[in-house]
Amino acid sequence: MDLRYTPVEQAFRAEVRDWLDSHVPRAPLPDFDSTSDGFEAHREWERTLHKGGWSMVTWPQAYGGRGLDLIRWLIFEEEYYRAGAPLRVNQNGIFLLGPTLIEYGTSEQKARFLPAMAAGDEIWAQAWSEPTAGSDLAGVRATATREGDDYILSGHKIWSSRAVHADWAFGLFRAPGSERHKGLSLILFSLDAPGITVQPIKRMDGKPVFAEIFLDDVRVPVANRLGGEGEGWSVCMSTAGFERGLMLRSPARFQVAAANLVDLYRSRANQADPALAASVMQAWMDADAYALSIYATASRLMAGGAIGPETSTNKIFWSELDLDLHRTALALLGAEAELTTDAPDRAANLGDWLDGYVFSLAGPIYAGANEIQRNIIAERMLALPRG
Amino acid sequence: MDFRLTEEQEMLAETVEALLRESCGSADLRRMLDESAARDTQRWEAIVAMGLPGVMAPESLGGSALGATEMALIATACGYWLLPEPLVEQAGVVLPMLAELDAALATRAIAGEIVAIGHPTHPFVADADSAVALLLADGEAIHLVPRDAVTLVRQPSFDPFRRLFRVDWTPSAATRIGHGSAVQVFWDKALDRGALFGGAQVLGVAQRAVDMAAAYAKERQQFGKSIGGFQAVKHLLANAQIKIEFARPVVLAAAASDASEHNRARISHARLAAAAAADIATHAAVQVHGAMGFSWEVDVHFLLKRATALSQAWGTAAFHRQRVAAHVLSAKLGPDCTFGAAGQREMLHEVA
Ligand SMILES: Cc1cc2nc3c(=O)[nH]c(=O)nc-3n(C[C@H](O)[C@H](O)[C@H](O)COP(=O)(O)OP(=O)(O)OC[C@H]3O[C@@H](n4cnc5c(N)ncnc54)[C@H](O)[C@@H]3O)c2cc1C
Repeated sequence: MDLRYTPVEQAFRAEVRDWLDSHVPRAPLPDFDSTSDGFEAHREWERTLHKGGWSMVTWPQAYGGRGLDLIRWLIFEEEYYRAGAPLRVNQNGIFLLGPTLIEYGTSEQKARFLPAMAAGDEIWAQAWSEPTAGSDLAGVRATATREGDDYILSGHKIWSSRAVHADWAFGLFRAPGSERHKGLSLILFSLDAPGITVQPIKRMDGKPVFAEIFLDDVRVPVANRLGGEGEGWSVCMSTAGFERGLMLRSPARFQVAAANLVDLYRSRANQADPALAASVMQAWMDADAYALSIYATASRLMAGGAIGPETSTNKIFWSELDLDLHRTALALLGAEAELTTDAPDRAANLGDWLDGYVFSLAGPIYAGANEIQRNIIAERMLALPRG
Repeated sequence: MDFRLTEEQEMLAETVEALLRESCGSADLRRMLDESAARDTQRWEAIVAMGLPGVMAPESLGGSALGATEMALIATACGYWLLPEPLVEQAGVVLPMLAELDAALATRAIAGEIVAIGHPTHPFVADADSAVALLLADGEAIHLVPRDAVTLVRQPSFDPFRRLFRVDWTPSAATRIGHGSAVQVFWDKALDRGALFGGAQVLGVAQRAVDMAAAYAKERQQFGKSIGGFQAVKHLLANAQIKIEFARPVVLAAAASDASEHNRARISHARLAAAAAADIATHAAVQVHGAMGFSWEVDVHFLLKRATALSQAWGTAAFHRQRVAAHVLSAKLGPDCTFGAAGQREMLHEVA
């Protein structure tokens, strides 16, 4: 147990900070969901990161990374959020698919997909969910019919984040006639392929953050299958494990939000409901506890440990702390809470708490709904019987 | 940066666990109540033989000079097994203080004699009846008062293993062992240690509550199956376990860090988080046990009572909340400050 950064870690932080200081765009980019301009501006930022060698510090150097350990990944993330750098438009690629490719991909697949992913040349969407397969993902019906060296994909995917503008997607498809966890394959497909229709879906504030993907006899080479034929379930569970458990939401994001909440509270403490002081402090403590817990997990993984059910405890903890934090912010804003950023009389220097709030509402739903995560905790950590 | 326990630390925790598992089970506790025994002499002797009262005391006095992390692990085991004897206060609070104030008495305390401590923040003194002497406050002064120079008035607690007393005494120059502003540091450190190790202890209580309830939920059948299969029951216990998971690293980080204003706030955070986990866990355990959980028969109430007592000792929840707030509203915050100022610019430029 040594909770001090080594000189190497300190120097790394200084290096990251210096680079970000001179590269992070001064004005925030337009968001990546509303317009293709915003999306492309974020792609440009991914390219800038890549040129600096910062797109994925944990990846091997051969694929555009730096081969660094998880503590330095955490330090990178801390500096990244501290600098207010743009959100990662390619997060599904770099955080979720990338590590799975590194683990399961053939060397051709790695060479084909990873460098383009790291460079931001190909932005990825996930295509797991279907209208009838949400929490019960093994209920997917989309099919991959083998035809020689190709698969013919058919089906209907839904809720695919950033698919409106993304270039590629990955998802589960089943062999015709197969059932449940058997016969599934994880397949990568270009969203420009003939037979694909992408239909944007608006979230509750009207922003088209996700899309339906209709696949009508889409031909993809067998080489686009990641992992063995029919082994898609276990490959996709690995995506659901390590990355979701650790990388999907790094603690720095919430620590910055909590610090902003404290600032907001300071500016309004006089008028604020006294009960809110406790909520503000709780938000700060929760963000701190989440960070400490991730440092503990990262240390354990670096020493050769495997991630376990903390995937589920983490998911619940960050999603609930994010929601509580934003609800507290809205309560502090009082009558201004409902105003959107274009309301002429809204104070100019207020952060966009509404956007954060709406986003936080989804946290308990996606990446495995929290009710499902609680079942997993009860069954795997506490050994309670299944359903 | 390495946020892992060492093998030695894990072994120490396991050894203490094993001792308490053997000597501090339900039957042992129930026997003490039947016999109205304040403590179990045999168990205390075993604890002393293992050198546990002196874990934090300097080697020159016969202690093991281990750190707060080791002490926190021991405290968690004491909480888990509901140890009635005051090991956590003796080893974690009293001995570090005595070691600086009265070496001879410290040596005796390492050998198992009890020295009770009456902190100015608390109206009562625990375990004063079995003490040979008491550390007491009179304004800014610290007094070390022999047991027979005070009058004790028992304050029954609903935790049947707590022994709380009002202490009536008259300060005199003869018992004064320190005074002046320097003395405040002793009381402050005692409070921090009490809060930290009390937090570690109540974290153990929380885990025991979840474990007991999970075991019961597997066994108890209703509607033709074990109640642990019902989601409402699962989610009660999952919620408690989540609270524990995010209190533990705070307790460990607070124990493993140097004394600093930043870390004092973290100690308060650790105490609050652990107490919140114990609150959720013990209430979930009562609920999952149904009427059994409300009965004297089943041990769940011991956990609930211990959690209630520990959650307000060594600084009330309000005190610790205020300490967190004072830090949060004045310190530099942000993701580079998780471990204090280490990530801040001035420090970076020193090394870079
Ligand atoms: C913002 C956002 C982004 C998303 N991005 C993507 C994406 O990029 N790609 C993708 O494939 N999908 C994405 N999704 C979809 C997401 O994965 C699903 O919403 C999620 O899996 C839940 O499925 P569902 O919405 O169909 O809800 P359902 O499964 O219908 O669940 C509805 C409710 O019932 C509860 N429930 C269901 N089963 C159980 C059970 N066994 N026990 C207890 N409670 C249960 C759930 O917890 C939930 O509260 C996204 C969703 C959101 C909100």
